[in-house]
Amino acid sequence: MTVFIAPGRPDALMSYQPRYEHWIGGEAVAPAGGLYFENPTPITGQPFCEVARGTAEDVERALDAAHAAAPAWGRTSPAERAEVLNRIADRMAMNVDRLALAESFENGKPIRETLAADIPLAIDHLRYFAGAIRAQEGGLSQIDEDTVAYHFHEPLGVVAQIIPWNFPILMAIWKLAPALAAGNAVVLKPAEQTPVSVHYLMSLIADLIPPGVVNIVNGFGVEAGKPLASSGRVAKVAFTGETTTGRLIMQYASEHIKPVTLELGGKSPNIFFDDVSRARDDFYDKAQEGFAMFALNQGEVCTCPSRALIQRGHYGDFLSDAIARTERMKQGDPLDTETMVGAQASNDQLEKILSYLDIGQSEGAKVLIGGERVELDGELAGGYYVQPTIFEGDNAMRVFQEEIFGPVVAVTQFDDYDDAIRIANDTLYGLGAAVWTRDGTTAYRAGRAIQAGRVWTNCYHLYPAHAAFGGYKASGIGRENHLMMLEHYQQTKNLLVSYSAKAMGFF
Amino acid sequence: MAGAGPGAQASAGPEPGPTGAVDRTGAANRTGAAKVGAADTAGAPARVAVTEAAAVMMRKLYAANGPLMFHQSGGCCDGSSPMCYLAGEFRTGASDVLLAQLAIVDITEPVMFWMGREQFERWRHTHLTVDIVPGRGGGFSLEAPEGVRFLIRSRLLTDAEDAVLNR
Repeated sequence: MTVFIAPGRPDALMSYQPRYEHWIGGEAVAPAGGLYFENPTPITGQPFCEVARGTAEDVERALDAAHAAAPAWGRTSPAERAEVLNRIADRMAMNVDRLALAESFENGKPIRETLAADIPLAIDHLRYFAGAIRAQEGGLSQIDEDTVAYHFHEPLGVVAQIIPWNFPILMAIWKLAPALAAGNAVVLKPAEQTPVSVHYLMSLIADLIPPGVVNIVNGFGVEAGKPLASSGRVAKVAFTGETTTGRLIMQYASEHIKPVTLELGGKSPNIFFDDVSRARDDFYDKAQEGFAMFALNQGEVCTCPSRALIQRGHYGDFLSDAIARTERMKQGDPLDTETMVGAQASNDQLEKILSYLDIGQSEGAKVLIGGERVELDGELAGGYYVQPTIFEGDNAMRVFQEEIFGPVVAVTQFDDYDDAIRIANDTLYGLGAAVWTRDGTTAYRAGRAIQAGRVWTNCYHLYPAHAAFGGYKASGIGRENHLMMLEHYQQTKNLLVSYSAKAMGFF
Repeated sequence: MAGAGPGAQASAGPEPGPTGAVDRTGAANRTGAAKVGAADTAGAPARVAVTEAAAVMMRKLYAANGPLMFHQSGGCCDGSSPMCYLAGEFRTGASDVLLAQLAIVDITEPVMFWMGREQFERWRHTHLTVDIVPGRGGGFSLEAPEGVRFLIRSRLLTDAEDAVLNR
């Protein structure tokens, strides 16, 4: 067991600055309005730094810097850009513990997750896109004997990226890596709930990136996000968040005829067929862990397996084992490597989860475990902690239909394959899903029948680069985590070339 | 659950909202005028109530920005929360339902409360109260810079309310 020393204390691995400005054109730039906002850690609820409160004026400055940098950056060779991404990855790899501490402290998530998942995945993601851009081919098509269509990939130019708070560093890298690989300059707005961990990352890697290629503007959505998302000076907007803001961003983009990619969440079904319980073996244990994944990152994951569908034949036994497993989850100080469940990212997130614990019970869902806020002792008393909670109920209930974004799973049972697919697809969303079975045919058929972009099959919450990630239905547009995202950051230039000396004959 | 304060009223007449899109298929907006603040105990039922604290913030935002609207969000991160915008900022359409036209004391124009139609189908058995809590950010909602966040509190419609609102 290790308890990391909180940033700012003597002997801490890293510390945050007392104040963060915007990062524009390769330097810290104070906000035009002169205002800052406080940034609390959800671990204790106490502010630990202040952050530039950006406005449209700051966004314009960042766009100026990005536009100044974009042409030269876009002309660099794929090998040069890949080298930059690899160097960023190397620098991050030398600082995994520091970055993990930075992200856990700002977000409230257990440091075992940032050490084992967030930061290593971010590093690998950079290396993946470094490789992908080297390997990307243009196209040439022989139209006829004398006519050839050449297809070139070109960068879009300057793109806007709005980053969520649930994985502040990993989600920033998910978006930055393909955009930079493709040769774009970026204006990035971190979530106001987690505004500075990406600044800490930048403090480690700034010397590796040409000035103006990556610009960070902080602030509130309405004051800084909106001018960025609605700007005619960006060639594309990438957003991870929720449906209403996703629609609004599409509306803004429509004014300028710009593309968007959106990742808007889900209500992912986690389906356990009867044959999972045929033996109490490693696979059974893995499936039980798969159920417990609802508490990963305190449930603050767009693909949280927040609906567990358990077949009738093993429902009681499987569920009672799952409750026991949930009981064993260690909740507490996120900076303790033994902690499995940390703090929710913000007070309003905590309040929203509590409101769902309330409506769930009003609707008649039964609380099998958890169901309440956790008041921890000492310094953690002001933090935002919720018990891992299992509801049992019906798929029509709101706790089965809405993304709570907390450590809350809603469980129901199904009769057979058709019933499972019907319930799984009875949702507005289609981001993630999982199927657990020992039968390969059932696994295949269910995976194909579920309307979701990612169907984990006998696994959950794996996010390797080179496996496409994105939503069906209201869950969004685009596929991240895969080389196909490169094309979301590229234009296609077609040169249609005639090698014939003869006139066409019309005139 | 926070009680609905006296600062808000709602009417839910059939006249079109500012965007011209109105639900005409039997959703909330046919129920006639209702005082939201009192609807829990008297008068015609409404789908949406507003706490006094939320109404105070709406008045502040109205004074600073002008007429307001809400669109209830679903999905990730800041989702499942009511987003407050300048009226007309978010373009509603045939995929949306107008749940209420909130009459807030000292706000001249009704505050339209919208939700996506498909989402509404899954929420229609519940009564919503717009409340406000200390918080940090959330989409492009207007109140976030004030250090607060609008929040929905829900309860089941009573049988009497359900009979009127969902008949």
